[in-house]
Amino acid sequence: MKHEATPLPGSEEAEARAAVWSSSLRDYGLLFSLLVIMGFFYFLTNGVSIAPLNLTNLILQNSYVVIMALGMLLIIVSGNIDLSVGSIVGFVGGVAATMMVGFHMPILDVDVKTSWEVAVLVSLVLGALIGCMQGYFVAYARIPAFIVTLGGMLIFRGLTGNLLLGQFVGPFPREFQDISAGFLPELTNIPALHALIGDSHFRYGTMAIGILAVAIMILSGLRRWQRARAEAMDVEPFALFAGRTAIFSALVLFFSYQLAQWKGLPEVLIIMLVLILIYAFVTTRMTVGRRIYALGGNRLAAQLSGIRTERLIFLTFVNMGVLAGLAGLIVAARLNSATPSAGLSFELDVIAACFIGGASASGGVGKVMGVVIGAFVMGVMNNGMSIYGLGIYWQQVVKGIVLLAAVFIDIYQKNKG
Amino acid sequence: MNAILEMRSITKTFPGVKALRDVNLVVKQGEIHAICGENGAGKSTLMKVLSGVYPFGSYEGEIVYEGETRRFDRIADSEHVGIIIIHQELALVPLLSIAENIFLGNEPAKFGVINWSQAYNRAKALLKKVGLKEPPTALITNLGIGKQQLVEIAKALAKQVKLLILDEPTASLNEADSDALLKLLVEFRNQGITSILISHKLNELAKVADSITVLRDGTTVETIDCHSEKISEGRIIKSMVGREMSDRYPQRQPKIGETLFEIKKWRVEHPIHAGREVIKSVDLHVNRGEIVGIAGLMGAGRTELAMSVFGRAYGRNVRGEAFMDGAAIDISSIQKAVAVGVAYVTEDRKTLGLVLNEDIKNNVTLANLPAVAWRGVIDDAREQQVANRYRTSLKIRSSGIFQRALNLSGGNQQKVVLSKWLFAQPKVLILDEPTRGIDVGAKYEIYTIINELADAGKGVIMISSEMPELLGICDRIYVMNEGRFVDEMPAAGATQEKIMASIMREYGTVQ
Repeated sequence: MKHEATPLPGSEEAEARAAVWSSSLRDYGLLFSLLVIMGFFYFLTNGVSIAPLNLTNLILQNSYVVIMALGMLLIIVSGNIDLSVGSIVGFVGGVAATMMVGFHMPILDVDVKTSWEVAVLVSLVLGALIGCMQGYFVAYARIPAFIVTLGGMLIFRGLTGNLLLGQFVGPFPREFQDISAGFLPELTNIPALHALIGDSHFRYGTMAIGILAVAIMILSGLRRWQRARAEAMDVEPFALFAGRTAIFSALVLFFSYQLAQWKGLPEVLIIMLVLILIYAFVTTRMTVGRRIYALGGNRLAAQLSGIRTERLIFLTFVNMGVLAGLAGLIVAARLNSATPSAGLSFELDVIAACFIGGASASGGVGKVMGVVIGAFVMGVMNNGMSIYGLGIYWQQVVKGIVLLAAVFIDIYQKNKG
Repeated sequence: MNAILEMRSITKTFPGVKALRDVNLVVKQGEIHAICGENGAGKSTLMKVLSGVYPFGSYEGEIVYEGETRRFDRIADSEHVGIIIIHQELALVPLLSIAENIFLGNEPAKFGVINWSQAYNRAKALLKKVGLKEPPTALITNLGIGKQQLVEIAKALAKQVKLLILDEPTASLNEADSDALLKLLVEFRNQGITSILISHKLNELAKVADSITVLRDGTTVETIDCHSEKISEGRIIKSMVGREMSDRYPQRQPKIGETLFEIKKWRVEHPIHAGREVIKSVDLHVNRGEIVGIAGLMGAGRTELAMSVFGRAYGRNVRGEAFMDGAAIDISSIQKAVAVGVAYVTEDRKTLGLVLNEDIKNNVTLANLPAVAWRGVIDDAREQQVANRYRTSLKIRSSGIFQRALNLSGGNQQKVVLSKWLFAQPKVLILDEPTRGIDVGAKYEIYTIINELADAGKGVIMISSEMPELLGICDRIYVMNEGRFVDEMPAAGATQEKIMASIMREYGTVQ
């Protein structure tokens, strides 16, 4: 809203502070919603939803949604959409499976069977190539992304079916399965520590990593906050900062404790966390991230500011292709086979995660943390409703309502503020 | 004469800001009533209160219209009683025809079936009334901005307008179109239609207004009756800013050096209609420390020339040579143009200049992010220093560098766009209508910035439709018409008449 007036003396500062509060509250509102939903399912499932085994499952089930949501965020922020990611998951998984299990190459008339490392590499390159293709049509040929990726969705689902001929292809080598089913080696494997701790099911290493992460988070957060205040930048109020840090720390410690009681830290969780950190950094601190937001906010203005908007759009699709390829590998590894229906309708979960997480459909707006929380909101609901035994169709109804409600609240707040 | 409208002690508060304080406005039946004031004085807010954009209850005070106290809850309520507002940003659907736009939401229809023959006949009559010679079937997108304005007015007439409100109607019109529009208002006055005219162009107000209400900082300063005293621009300005503005253009001692930037035989074709030359062999040069103006009517090709020079952002088949400091340069893409030191500050800051949703800081550094980054990682502290520096030196009025561009007034938005290009460290700046739609005080500040740039040895090319402005601050003026430079003159000794004469002479030879 345009306030066509000179502010009264002293009101500027108050207004600025109010703006910081309201924007912070909007961010934390999402985190709070996640906690409420988790609490709700805790009672609904008599505590099963946060049991060690289930929490581990929750992470394994949601890792690929989170990973793809990171790429989808960039695409949505730039003002586009990608409907093909579910099909890419299926196709890349199918290609990787076929390579590892072995196939007959008709032209050269040879049997090909590759190691899992080669299969992984080829899969990621394949994802990138698919991204290049779709990115070319969107960025340079200027076909709306909705149409390009709708085509991609059909093409790659069809190719998956042709490739697998309606069959399950598997199983895979142990090392490949570990992408999704592996856990970090435990401290008790080290003889000296084993002697110290003795036989224990509790994964001390996992707990230690959790505590370490919390310590780093608190210290670096505190330092940033203090530096920001020292340089007289606009900072969030200390109460908010402390509250948020406390909630986050408690969550991380609780998760670590629960995971430590089961098999420890899943390898896929580490991949996911590293990617979250990288994308958070790219979007908030790097020039390329800033430019994507500017491009989504006002493409013409960005172009006239000397930003290569076409190349940037192209790159967001290449990036999405690689992440979808990675997700395809994770899904295949988790199922220990490739199936024609792998990844079916994943794009909807991924896109919903972005919008629940506060991304704007018109571009220019959205945060990595929001999207990660959005993905977990979807994940916790999926998981909780399954444990509770709600029918699959009702689950869809509930998820649709939650998506609509989240975006409604977001837009309502923005219009009001 | 009776008052058609009385707004009594209107007060409107936004969180933390009192936009209007006890504003009184009395508009007499059948007059042209002008409202002027600096940006942020509360003109638009007052009109939004009147038209029901801000519903009854969200403000204090009373609106009496045609002798009755009115409570408008939405725009439809005020339109229903004949109050029609035409905004600065026109509300027409580009891909619909003139007739379809005129009757949009007001179609002559039975049971939802539109009677097109009636619509076209009525549209024809309305177009005749506003003096627009276009078939009612013409698409809006094919009309110039001046004609679109007339369609808006025809649309208002279709709704049985009694009180017509025009918000900066002539801001984007050339002189001829502006004159035609003002004449139309006078004609309406003779037919008994009352108009409220909001404008920054004081000479126009002085020409047609019967009375002028001046707002300053959300309060009424005075209402001047134009028939009882002689009105001059100086008189209005004094009332608007609360002090005498003796000099509207800051003084400067030009120190002009050797040739800095030059284009030769510059030709550009229309981006869609291949082969149609929009720019026909233009030679232009600007010296170090010089401010060069490009005068011309709307549609003369000034913006097209500027944008084609700026990395071929406009047109196709751009041909010609470009030189910087005597050496040939490649400005075939925006990136290359920026790299050799050319900057273009757009006339359309909202759609082409700013990322409105982002804050001042992000907008200021957008064109030169690598300067505040190391290996692609932005240095937050340095970026904020830069933004704060420009905020202070260009006097961008805001709550801080984190205020979103959306919430700034026009003049401050313009300063943000200027900051962005100053930070890109150009040698040559092309400023396209840098003071469009901004108030007298902010204009003076922009002129001061332009002078400082020239004094720093940069070359400034300035496009403006306001001739007094070009005469006031330029050293040399090119006159452009129909894609050509038809004249060139030193600003000292040039007059508006002389510039118009060179344009008209050109028309004479063409016809």
